[in-house]
Amino acid sequence: MKRKSVETEYMEDRAALYRSLAKLDRRSFLKVSAAAAGAVLAKGLVPPHSFAPVSVAQGAEAAGADKPAFRFAYISDSHLYERKINDRFVRALLRAVEDVNALDPQPDFVFYGGDLAQLGQAAELELGAQILKSVKAPLKMMVGEHDWYLDMGERWRKLFGKPTYSWDHKGVHFVVLMSVMERDFWTKRGLTPMERMTTVAGLDNGMQSPFMVGEKQRQWLKNDLSRLADNTPLIVFSHSPLYKLYKNWNFWTDDAEEVQAILKRFENVVVIHGHTHQLLTNRIGNIHFHGLLSTAWPWPYAPQGMPELTIQMSRPDPFNPNDGCGDGEVLVHVDGLIDKVYNLWNRNPITVAKGYTASSGTKCIPPKPNRPGY
Amino acid sequence: MSPDARKALVVLVSVLIAVGIWGCAEQVETDQAPKALVQTHMAQWQRKNPDRAAQWIKEEKARHKIRPPADNRHLLTGDQGKGHVYGSYTERDILMWARETEKLVVEGSRIFHSAKLLGGTVGVSCDMCHPDAANTHPETYPKFQAQMGRVALLRDMVNWCIEHPVRGKGLAADDPRMRALEAYITAQRKGTPLEYGKH
Repeated sequence: MKRKSVETEYMEDRAALYRSLAKLDRRSFLKVSAAAAGAVLAKGLVPPHSFAPVSVAQGAEAAGADKPAFRFAYISDSHLYERKINDRFVRALLRAVEDVNALDPQPDFVFYGGDLAQLGQAAELELGAQILKSVKAPLKMMVGEHDWYLDMGERWRKLFGKPTYSWDHKGVHFVVLMSVMERDFWTKRGLTPMERMTTVAGLDNGMQSPFMVGEKQRQWLKNDLSRLADNTPLIVFSHSPLYKLYKNWNFWTDDAEEVQAILKRFENVVVIHGHTHQLLTNRIGNIHFHGLLSTAWPWPYAPQGMPELTIQMSRPDPFNPNDGCGDGEVLVHVDGLIDKVYNLWNRNPITVAKGYTASSGTKCIPPKPNRPGY
Repeated sequence: MSPDARKALVVLVSVLIAVGIWGCAEQVETDQAPKALVQTHMAQWQRKNPDRAAQWIKEEKARHKIRPPADNRHLLTGDQGKGHVYGSYTERDILMWARETEKLVVEGSRIFHSAKLLGGTVGVSCDMCHPDAANTHPETYPKFQAQMGRVALLRDMVNWCIEHPVRGKGLAADDPRMRALEAYITAQRKGTPLEYGKH
């Protein structure tokens, strides 16, 4: 006898149920309607509402049972060289811009997460600026260490304005920090600007100082947030993660605790950071941390200090170009928490829903990869 | 042979030998002048730059963490190798082994972190995807790599990376750069158990 699939069996049972309901005698009919009414009351619906309570889409519950208020897209860490030196990174950024321009409906704005240039050259920054001009939605820029340490941000400021700023959008307060300040390590050693830049450009180069936000910016942040109520939704952008993950690779902000203390009074704070080129999720108290993907190349996960909440993406396949790279979107909810969408090129997109960080990893768990990790 | 002929033969042979020795001596003498010159210059340079010889090693170690080679001090204790010529180790031996091994590893680190030394043409160096040689997994080679259509050794994978992401020319197996790179990559995984074939 041919074995029936689960779906077939279910559909047959269902059909049989409806047929039997149609054939009820009066007493059985009363029993069934009483049972249905009881079920409705148990669900909390008051008559004369429908007797067929329908639970719509488990997905909606998984996403926090409320639709996002708005969304924005992001592109990050393109590490451009001039095209004649390296066309691969240029093409990757062009692909990201195409992705973002193809979104329908268009996002409210597009956020650039830092490290537009690889070695801070004027040509690289200008090339990046030119490519990003074709982004249709409004563009918000953030600076990374690769953009900064050749000329200490001179060219960046000319092209993109202040590295630290804030704005309000649909009830959410957005802040952009320059979190990759470093203590002077170059004057004593007599390094040229290019030597300083190449030192900072090496992720594992131990000669540089750890990143920090710095006293001046912390003061600015305190002032900027002073007029806000504690229940204001707050989203902070920083290039380096505003916590201490792995010092050897400067996945680190030295004054992270001080910055977190300034943010402590708010109900919901989201920090979105670049620099790590990987899927990264963390939660410290009221702050939910999310990493951005890079368009250029993926970093491996740090050998220690990894936050527990992060479900690591599987190891990028070197034979698969652009694997582990991508761009993405952020769906912002009314309470300020976000669903973080990682649009991985050559892979299925991954969404880290607000319910995941909100429940500290017990609900809405993103799917685990089925390929080997690091 | 007549005694006169014998005498003449002996004299001839000794003269030839003498000429030969003198000739060789001449050769040594003519080599001596440039050699001495080189040695003088070298001594001068070394006086001016007392640490330069070791400078590049120091600089590289300041930039990047290098895992040290195994400590062989236990070979100096007790009756190790007593009575054997090659088994009796001294402090100097231990030091030399460590320094030379580390030198190759440090050289590998230098190449690993430099797009130029790798021969790359797109400004990409190994450490861009493999900081501190992370995610290189040298302990998993040899393994079958379908994309290469054969069993790959670490050097095959290094060459693939040099040819593709780094866009340079592949290195020969006995190229000093390849040897240095292999040394550095395996050194960074010190202590990891071997697991060849693991994907």
